[in-house]
Amino acid sequence: MADKSAQSATGHRIRPPTPSILFTRKSPLIDLGQLLLLGGLTTWVIYKGADAMQYNWQWYRVEQFIYRVVDGELIWGALMKGLMVTFEITAVSMVLSVVIGLVTALLRMSNSFSGKLIANLYLESIRNTPLLVQLFLFYFIFAPIFGIDRFWTGVLCLSFFEGSFAAEIIRAGIQSVSRGQSEAAKALGFSRVNMYRDVILPQAIPIILPPMTGLIINLIKHSAIVSVIAVADLTTEGLNIISETFMAFEIWFTVAGIYLVVTVSLSLFVSWMETRAMRGR
Amino acid sequence: MTDHADMKNSDPSRRELLKFVNVGKWYGDFCALWDINLTIHAGERVVVCGPSGSGKSTMIRCVNQLETFEAGEILIDGVVVQNDPKSLQDIRRKVGMVFQNFNLFPHITVIQNLMLGPIRNLKVSKKEAEERAMHHLEKVRIAEQAKKYPSQLSGGQQQRVAIARSLCMHPDVMLFDEPTSALDPEMISGVLDIMVELAEGGMTMMVVTHEMGFAKQVADTMVFMDHGEIVEVAPPTEFFTNPKSERTELFLSQILQH
Repeated sequence: MADKSAQSATGHRIRPPTPSILFTRKSPLIDLGQLLLLGGLTTWVIYKGADAMQYNWQWYRVEQFIYRVVDGELIWGALMKGLMVTFEITAVSMVLSVVIGLVTALLRMSNSFSGKLIANLYLESIRNTPLLVQLFLFYFIFAPIFGIDRFWTGVLCLSFFEGSFAAEIIRAGIQSVSRGQSEAAKALGFSRVNMYRDVILPQAIPIILPPMTGLIINLIKHSAIVSVIAVADLTTEGLNIISETFMAFEIWFTVAGIYLVVTVSLSLFVSWMETRAMRGR
Repeated sequence: MTDHADMKNSDPSRRELLKFVNVGKWYGDFCALWDINLTIHAGERVVVCGPSGSGKSTMIRCVNQLETFEAGEILIDGVVVQNDPKSLQDIRRKVGMVFQNFNLFPHITVIQNLMLGPIRNLKVSKKEAEERAMHHLEKVRIAEQAKKYPSQLSGGQQQRVAIARSLCMHPDVMLFDEPTSALDPEMISGVLDIMVELAEGGMTMMVVTHEMGFAKQVADTMVFMDHGEIVEVAPPTEFFTNPKSERTELFLSQILQH
């Protein structure tokens, strides 16, 4: 009897077949067609406009600024060297931003009045002034006073700017760990330092990481501003080449394309990492 | 009201393990606790009940200073609880606490949850911490789940792990802040069984709970709170059959009518 009732409860629950994706979704060919149409139209408009102002397209001259092959040896062009400087600025600034962000976040959450005040003053002044003005402040005032070179001026300015965002990301991550966790740690007699090291940060870091990668992408884009103080990054190299060759259209398209390739592949890498991390859980 | 030295099992010659003296607490202008006086002797089991918002949890959380208080003082084993980090840590190591929502550390396994406190805060060796952990996991009857993560356990199992985690610190007194309120009904008895065993083992306990069956079974002393103050302190037989205060009577009639 018991067996029979168990069977009637679960035995006939067969799920109806799900319709195949191929029939429910519209054909990918239509998507592709729309994309080509839009892209083609945009290109056509730009070329028509360039024609009207009698622009002389010289795409064949662009390659040498990316790479050259001399006697079977690969030599990177000016744009690639600029990209390397961009990477260097981004990498150093990223590390500094995280340090500044962590310190600011901890200061803001501390019980110290002066700590909170300093952190808030820093955050408000960085967030409410233009990045370009901050760069000029660093370049014309702090750099001569402290004897900092152009590269480090750019790096420091970007670090303090991006650090203010890192601070909020880190603070949000730490505060997303439930209050009960710190209470449990306190009740077990943990010191503040051990509580953060063993309980809070291990739980906050997986939450902090995804928005932090967004910060790296922002850094790559914002680093273009150092061209204003003539640090030889990708944008500066682009400017230099244009002033020699007058190929404004080709070079700006190329420079934008390079930034796009770097940032898009970074986002793809991150989302791949995230899906992998989710699967691991 | 607060003088209950003549009650059973609170022989004055015994050690006063936990003592509230005129404790008061305010949230802004709102008075959450008013003139709390209560003494808990070694081995005594005190059950605190009262309507929600009456200050039961706040009172128990003042003991290890998860809540600060503005007036009076709390003594643990004769030592006044101070607010400086060092002495606070010392106090907290002696006082175990079990929370309503378990608060296990989700990023480490069950056994690591039990080992972390003793290793970091009592400086015991890894080996000894592991032995302690397994001993207490067996006591709460979930030794076979040691390598799992908290999220893989049921609520009742998690709460038993949380009890074991506190016991690994070898506390002098255990505080329970509504330990069964977040559990599904079928999980409650497993947790209460563990608490009964703990009581029979002689542990000093202060329990905030609505489980009156448990209270009748293990309590030496019942405390009834309302509006932030202790209304009645009495042994359970007297408390349940012949409450002195009308408020207590009303509360008991409300929760015992089903």
